[in-house]
Amino acid sequence: MKIAIASGKGGTGKTLISTNLFKVTPNSTYIDCDVEEPNGHLFLKGTHVKEQSFHIMIPEVNQNICNNCGKCAEVCQFNAIISAKQKVLVFPELCHGCGSCTFFCPTKAITETPKIIGKIQETLINNKPMITGTLNIGEPMAPPIIKQLKALPISTEHIIIDSPPGTSCPVIAAITGADMVLLVTEPTPFGLHDLDLAVQVVQKLNIPMGIIVNKSGLGGNIIENYSKKKNIEILLEIPHSKTIAKLYSEGKLITTLPRYKKIFENLSEKIQKKVKGFQNHES
Amino acid sequence: MKAKQITIISGKGGTGKTTITACFTKIAKNFITADCDVDAADMHLLLNPIVKEKFLFYSGKNYSIHHNKCISCGKCQEICRFDAISNDYNIDHIACESCGACFFVCPTQAITEEQNLAGEYYISQFNNNKNMLIHANLYIGEDNSGKLVSEVRKKARKLAEDSNSEYIIIDGPPGIGCPVNAAIVGTDLAVIVTEPTLSGIHDLERILAVAKHFNIPSKVIINKYDINLKNTKEIEKICQRNNSELLGKIKYDKLVVKSLIEGKTIIETHPNHEISNQLKTIWEKIK
Repeated sequence: MKIAIASGKGGTGKTLISTNLFKVTPNSTYIDCDVEEPNGHLFLKGTHVKEQSFHIMIPEVNQNICNNCGKCAEVCQFNAIISAKQKVLVFPELCHGCGSCTFFCPTKAITETPKIIGKIQETLINNKPMITGTLNIGEPMAPPIIKQLKALPISTEHIIIDSPPGTSCPVIAAITGADMVLLVTEPTPFGLHDLDLAVQVVQKLNIPMGIIVNKSGLGGNIIENYSKKKNIEILLEIPHSKTIAKLYSEGKLITTLPRYKKIFENLSEKIQKKVKGFQNHES
Repeated sequence: MKAKQITIISGKGGTGKTTITACFTKIAKNFITADCDVDAADMHLLLNPIVKEKFLFYSGKNYSIHHNKCISCGKCQEICRFDAISNDYNIDHIACESCGACFFVCPTQAITEEQNLAGEYYISQFNNNKNMLIHANLYIGEDNSGKLVSEVRKKARKLAEDSNSEYIIIDGPPGIGCPVNAAIVGTDLAVIVTEPTLSGIHDLERILAVAKHFNIPSKVIINKYDINLKNTKEIEKICQRNNSELLGKIKYDKLVVKSLIEGKTIIETHPNHEISNQLKTIWEKIK
């Protein structure tokens, strides 16, 4: 099964759920797709296996051949290449790597050259892989590196994807192709509002989903009421607790406590059953 | 007079950016505020604004293939790097990056383009019509939140100029990517809200580096500092190393969340509470 953990609002507990779920799920891989602020590695410590830089391809203009006809600027929808008075200028941070400028250049003056925008690390946590993507400081575009993370060959039976917050392109890149999305929220007006946005994203992609309420008890039954109204099951409620906050602040997994180990094992089994159910239903 | 632009950011989500920004809007005078977390805008939940004007946000293009003109030559599929064109020649709008390569390559002009409506943004009034909030709604799953952030900021600058406002208070998005860059470039100060967790510290160091990258001075607030005093010490050291002034340490108090649940800031519910007084002092240091 491929499970993505998402939220809309930041700081609701995506990484808390993802890392602990990974810990108790045998034969699983953890992928940290929050490449702007990857935090899974703070909770999962293991042996470093390999690290490679990640690049996108950007245009490079050979000014000797370029006749500044402006075709490249005409086809570029991102203003990443413009035809100035003297010569053609490239703005790499705006480039989406579509290759149109190179393809349509009538004098073949444009070639593509790699630009490093981040890195991908693989670590073994008790013999289970953790894959982390990290976007370099100052780089604007997370989706290419997220897509690369998800395209890597993975041999484990289960994959747990820790998604970035929000509702736009990085989240879509992270949750696309998942068998199920777990939406982590908290019972506050912000939590509820952003949960509803996240639900709309998941619905748009047509992926089954469930809700996890973190810091439950904080603000009444607003999430329970929402879940009933939308007919989306609450799979787990984690109480608002100082013990959890303390463990989290120290970078420790809560499944080190027997009580939570059991709770997460149950969650893992429950999700696996659900995913099997969806798959049988489809076939 | 040029308004001073202050952006509240955090790197990590959920550290208290919006709550603290909303508090500042209850303390400050003569300002415009802008919610630049356009992916998941929340400030309106606390400010109860009344929308006065609405603008549409167009970004990118939508492409469609018209089957009556399509000769199934496969050129569009070949040029598309995003696997957005299916074998029966339909465009998957979620996979599509709107690069237009297919549109330009199609030999029979079977592909058409139209402007894509990606969201909307508003000018609203709050605080009994005394203040203005510029906020936005990026439609679900749309790209280019950075561009919408820039639009919101542009509108805020214009309004600040027209109304002779002294400050533009900007609630920023989490992360370090395109919307964050758009929310901080050209501002006068980045106020970073962090929390004493390992994640908070890790993300603080990255967002400090981003601020430095764009040459924006930064100052730090430690929220819920008493959750982990050892980590709070560590953050104080990081502030010193980075020459970022520590504006204040706010303790964890359920009253802040309780007020939030009522849809209010602690400044309104408990104006003389220790935290309210602290936030007033912090605003004095910022302005």
